[in-house]
Amino acid sequence: MKLRKLALAASLATLGLSSLITAPAYAQAKEQFFPVLVYRTGAYGPNGTPWANGYIDYFKLVNAKGGMNGVKIIFEECEFGYATDRGVECYERLKGKHGGATLVQPLSTGVTFALTEKAATDKIPLITAGYGRSESQNGAVFAWNFPLLGTYWVGADVAIQHIAKKEGGFDKLKGKKIALVYHDSPYGKEPIPLLQERAKMHGFDVQLLPVAHPGVEQKATWLQIRQNKPDYVLLWGWGVMNSTSLKEAQATGYPREKMYGIWWAGAEPDVKDVGAGAKGYNALALQHGAEPNSKVVKDILAMVHGKSQGTGPKEEVGQVLYMRGVLSSMLAIEGVKKAQERHGRGKIMSGEQVRWGLENLDLDQKALDGLGFAGVMRPVQTSCLDHMGSSWVRVHTWDGAKWNFSSDWYQADEKVIRPMVMLASGRYAEEKKLKPRTPEECKQ
Amino acid sequence: MIYRENGQFKTSYAADQQIFPIVQDRWAMLLLLVVAFVGVPLLSSEYLFRAIFIPFLILSLAAIGVNLLVGYCGQITLGAGAFMAVGAYAAYNFSIRIDGMPLLGALLLGGLSAAAMGIVFGAPSLRVRGLYLAMATLAAQFFWDWAFLRIKWFTNDAPSGSVSISHLQVMGWPIESPVEKYLFCLTLLAVFALAAKNLTRSSIGRQWMAIRDMDVAAEVIGIRPMFAKLSAFAVSSFYVGVAGALWGFVHLSSWEPAAFSVDRSFQLLFMVIIGGMGSIMGSFFGAAFIVVLPIFLNQMLPWLGELVGLSISTAAVSHAEFMIFGALIVFFLIVEPHGIARLWSTGKEKLRLWPFPH
Repeated sequence: MKLRKLALAASLATLGLSSLITAPAYAQAKEQFFPVLVYRTGAYGPNGTPWANGYIDYFKLVNAKGGMNGVKIIFEECEFGYATDRGVECYERLKGKHGGATLVQPLSTGVTFALTEKAATDKIPLITAGYGRSESQNGAVFAWNFPLLGTYWVGADVAIQHIAKKEGGFDKLKGKKIALVYHDSPYGKEPIPLLQERAKMHGFDVQLLPVAHPGVEQKATWLQIRQNKPDYVLLWGWGVMNSTSLKEAQATGYPREKMYGIWWAGAEPDVKDVGAGAKGYNALALQHGAEPNSKVVKDILAMVHGKSQGTGPKEEVGQVLYMRGVLSSMLAIEGVKKAQERHGRGKIMSGEQVRWGLENLDLDQKALDGLGFAGVMRPVQTSCLDHMGSSWVRVHTWDGAKWNFSSDWYQADEKVIRPMVMLASGRYAEEKKLKPRTPEECKQ
Repeated sequence: MIYRENGQFKTSYAADQQIFPIVQDRWAMLLLLVVAFVGVPLLSSEYLFRAIFIPFLILSLAAIGVNLLVGYCGQITLGAGAFMAVGAYAAYNFSIRIDGMPLLGALLLGGLSAAAMGIVFGAPSLRVRGLYLAMATLAAQFFWDWAFLRIKWFTNDAPSGSVSISHLQVMGWPIESPVEKYLFCLTLLAVFALAAKNLTRSSIGRQWMAIRDMDVAAEVIGIRPMFAKLSAFAVSSFYVGVAGALWGFVHLSSWEPAAFSVDRSFQLLFMVIIGGMGSIMGSFFGAAFIVVLPIFLNQMLPWLGELVGLSISTAAVSHAEFMIFGALIVFFLIVEPHGIARLWSTGKEKLRLWPFPH
């Protein structure tokens, strides 16, 4: 008797389960699927969470406005805790769902390296807006990578430009000491070649100070800084490492005004805990900073949070990393819309079609204003040879309570970066026995 | 009833000493191999291959290696991750620096390099044991972590320190698609697992076990502790090194030293402890437990939540995954301190008597 009851319950349960699994297949409308790789937990969770919230909120905003020319966005999150192997697992899990992934944005340099080849085989574009491998700017070799809006080489280049401006010219950099405190991973090591190149050009000294994951142990690093007294410190940290660095700087008495963080070291979670102690600390802002007054933020507050559809806390809407998520999301969607212009408005785009869209992205100021990004960012235009599209950077400074812009717009020096990109990507192509695309192939 | 050995008479020593003396076991093993080699490739999706089967096979191989050392020879190691890294980076360097180096050659040379390093870092085992040895092997972990991060030569001067490898092939046979990768790993694992099983049944395996059980007594009956311990370190590191090379080449294809961090060493040690020390089969159970269970929980929880009408956030799922996983480890260690392999053999004993236990 008992057994029969059990069997009955089990079969009922399987029935229920199977109906659950098959349910999405029936709900068929025009839907474009975006996998969302996030890390809301772990050492980097405080930074990963606002990014994910912004990324998803913008999807919801676009859906509330009627989708991409009528095509609804569907998405699914997968948590990977910034661990490369789990990130790859998430990618594999999501890439085939709901008719296939449109594109993927891993928000992790390690995962980007791991996916660079897989994405090309699977024909899924890989957007790494502001991170990833710097040489992937060369779309002729890296056909599926899109380091939109800037790479770490852009960041390092602008940091040196800004320091030179403060000192009164590049010639004043001679003999100066610049320390790079970096996260000891592919992410942190990316800027080193550029800094060394610039050091050769201007005769300053680069000191490399690695910090092991996750970055809470930095006493030795800052002791070295106290001994060497570098003129400037560049901070290439992520997550808990940034606030630790600032606390150590405070403890060793290193002036925060002389510290420059990359954009991943320049958001609220990095300085919030240090508060007034971080006052004067500068960070590069990749296009945007904290933008609580922009139109897109107001739209999100009204149309997403106003309808209790918001993903995170309302107070964080418009903060730096939240905006990074919004921008990443917007670039992805504009890529799809561009692809629709060529392959049919209101249709579902395949990964290959989206790749074309991203490669021919052209957002001028008018288009950006229309999307609500006036004042947030400058125009982007990509091409086959340039998958980055724009390299506008500002510097913003923490005043103890919020981030304020403290410089004008900078643009990375193409004359420095381009040869390095070509050299590194050429080497990659050689190693992988890839044939770079010719201009004719680019047009297809 | 079905699992009875009545009437199976051994007429030679060879028959008595074979790995599976019971007929049903031999058939079960054969069936398992057929399923693994034929059934799985026919039925599985790409996701299952890439996210579950391939990592499971490779880490099983590594767990066998660690088990030879920890389970059979009784030498605790916390440096398994480092030996995986040595295998991976050595294989990488052999394959890019020597033109036309075949994949198998690179993998085996990677394993041999790891074996050599195993002997070097195993030397302290001649003087210290137990927790002190664990600390000595931890030194290997930190040393190699440092070396692969800092010494540019090992990574072929890659600016970001991340290396990658592609176009794998064995004698003209490409190892590109998930099925090919799976079959390649499975073949290697089958060969290596058989070799490990036979090693443990041979004279050298018995020497290891004698050392494990009581090294003074072993020495008195004429076993050379130096040879036994260092050979255990060498063989174990060879296995772990080959697994590391596979992990880099076949599974990740682009990796950084963080892939072989101290976490990996702990993970491998846990696999052996949970799976069953001194059991080749236990290595498979342990690897399955550590690799598959977290992913299973991660996908199962939101599903269960939906069933009762709850939507669980991804962060909460991730937290719950850690908690349940931790609780399960404690549960298994309390219920069966000798590992899942012991549960398995207890089950087999029961099955032999079923349905008439006495």
